[in-house]
Amino acid sequence: MTTIVVVGASLAGTQAAQAMRRAGFDGRLVMVGAEPHYPYDRPPLSKSYLVDAEVDEERLRLRPTVDPDVLAADWRLGRRAVALDDQRSVVELDDGEQLGYDGLVIATGARPRRLPMADPPTDGVFELRTLDDARALRAALAAGPTRVAVCGAGFIGAEVAASARERGLEVTLVDAADAPLDRVLDTEAGLAVADLHRDHGVDVRLGVGVADIDRSGPRVDGMVLSDGSIVAAEVVVVGIGVVPNTEWLSSSTLTIDDGIVADETCLAAPGIVVAGDVARWPNPRFGGRSMRVEQWDNAIDMGGYAGRRLLAALDGGRVEPFEPTPWFWSDQYDRKIQLAGVVGERREVVQGSVAERRFVQIYGDGTGRLTGALCWNRPRQAIMARQLVTDGETMDAARTKLA
Amino acid sequence: MKVVVDFDLCESNAVCMAIAPEVFEVRDDDFLYVLNEHPGPELHDKVREAVERCPKQAISVVE
Repeated sequence: MTTIVVVGASLAGTQAAQAMRRAGFDGRLVMVGAEPHYPYDRPPLSKSYLVDAEVDEERLRLRPTVDPDVLAADWRLGRRAVALDDQRSVVELDDGEQLGYDGLVIATGARPRRLPMADPPTDGVFELRTLDDARALRAALAAGPTRVAVCGAGFIGAEVAASARERGLEVTLVDAADAPLDRVLDTEAGLAVADLHRDHGVDVRLGVGVADIDRSGPRVDGMVLSDGSIVAAEVVVVGIGVVPNTEWLSSSTLTIDDGIVADETCLAAPGIVVAGDVARWPNPRFGGRSMRVEQWDNAIDMGGYAGRRLLAALDGGRVEPFEPTPWFWSDQYDRKIQLAGVVGERREVVQGSVAERRFVQIYGDGTGRLTGALCWNRPRQAIMARQLVTDGETMDAARTKLA
Repeated sequence: MKVVVDFDLCESNAVCMAIAPEVFEVRDDDFLYVLNEHPGPELHDKVREAVERCPKQAISVVE
């Protein structure tokens, strides 16, 4: 019987498994997950879960796993893959089990990057990736700290700051960059995010790094910033990006370069596909740009694609390349921030205004081709823009259609 | 098939509209409207995809 092993039991791995079952794969399916929990949905962890003590954890569980017959998988939860021998087609787990496979899906995701002076984070310093992280942070917020200091104004940091404010807590948000979300948004749009937080009472400090964690006793006292100032806080949250989980592959022949490098069909080696945060591939839709996308929707899309791709690899079928238009959303206070596609060197607000925090800003490359659109409280336009990027439209066309 | 939206969960990400515009529409007031609660068989696959792609898992179907 054919055996497919899926390493990584979160969104991308689950979607891959579901896609393979749907496509008729009736062999043995083994799901390996490092966490003890069945697969669950991560986006609420930085949003409603932190604010609302009533969020039911059962509701977080990913639907395809609720009915055990849907995936009919052999689960290895709370177990970590520690090595891959892709010449012998064997995955080794942390308890020594050797899992042979005919096909392998790698979706091991990423983990929070840590500050060297808080590795691992303990005693009042928190990171946020897993359900266990969220439980610990929620308990700390519920205890009513006098201030929450957040290091890093990316998605996690900004959403945690918003959630803490919604709980009525005092919050300081610090980022070494000149604007929040600087890895994905243009500076002006990032500064609008900073203003949004300031208007909700967050003390936002930009262009200043965190030099140290301030501790006089066992518990954290706050953060020492690179300008010498001190932010006194009983809770420190570190959200400074993620590191793809690839160390376990060091003895394999796979190419690792800030993620596992795959071809344009998500194939990393014969019989091995990759998906989700850990996967890097050239996206033909953006001129073959090498992408590693840390987004919920991409994990769904890429997971499903990778599952189908693997089946095609096993039976010699052909597939089209994986060429999605990325899309994400972030909820902060009463704003829904969505980016379809990617930012480009040209940009233009085509509807609303940044000042009123309800707008559509399109992005284009040097030739005027649409690369993306940023929408604040404009969900309909975000979805339309995503299709326009997929269709290869120009900024001129997008201006008319989105205005 | 009957389409059911939990409007307490829905936050108008409009993903469903992109997949099945015949059934789902997010209007300029930012609210989702279900245009057709009993979509015909030709739309069932699209509706099921919308159910799976909803970021809030706010859509379900009663078969």
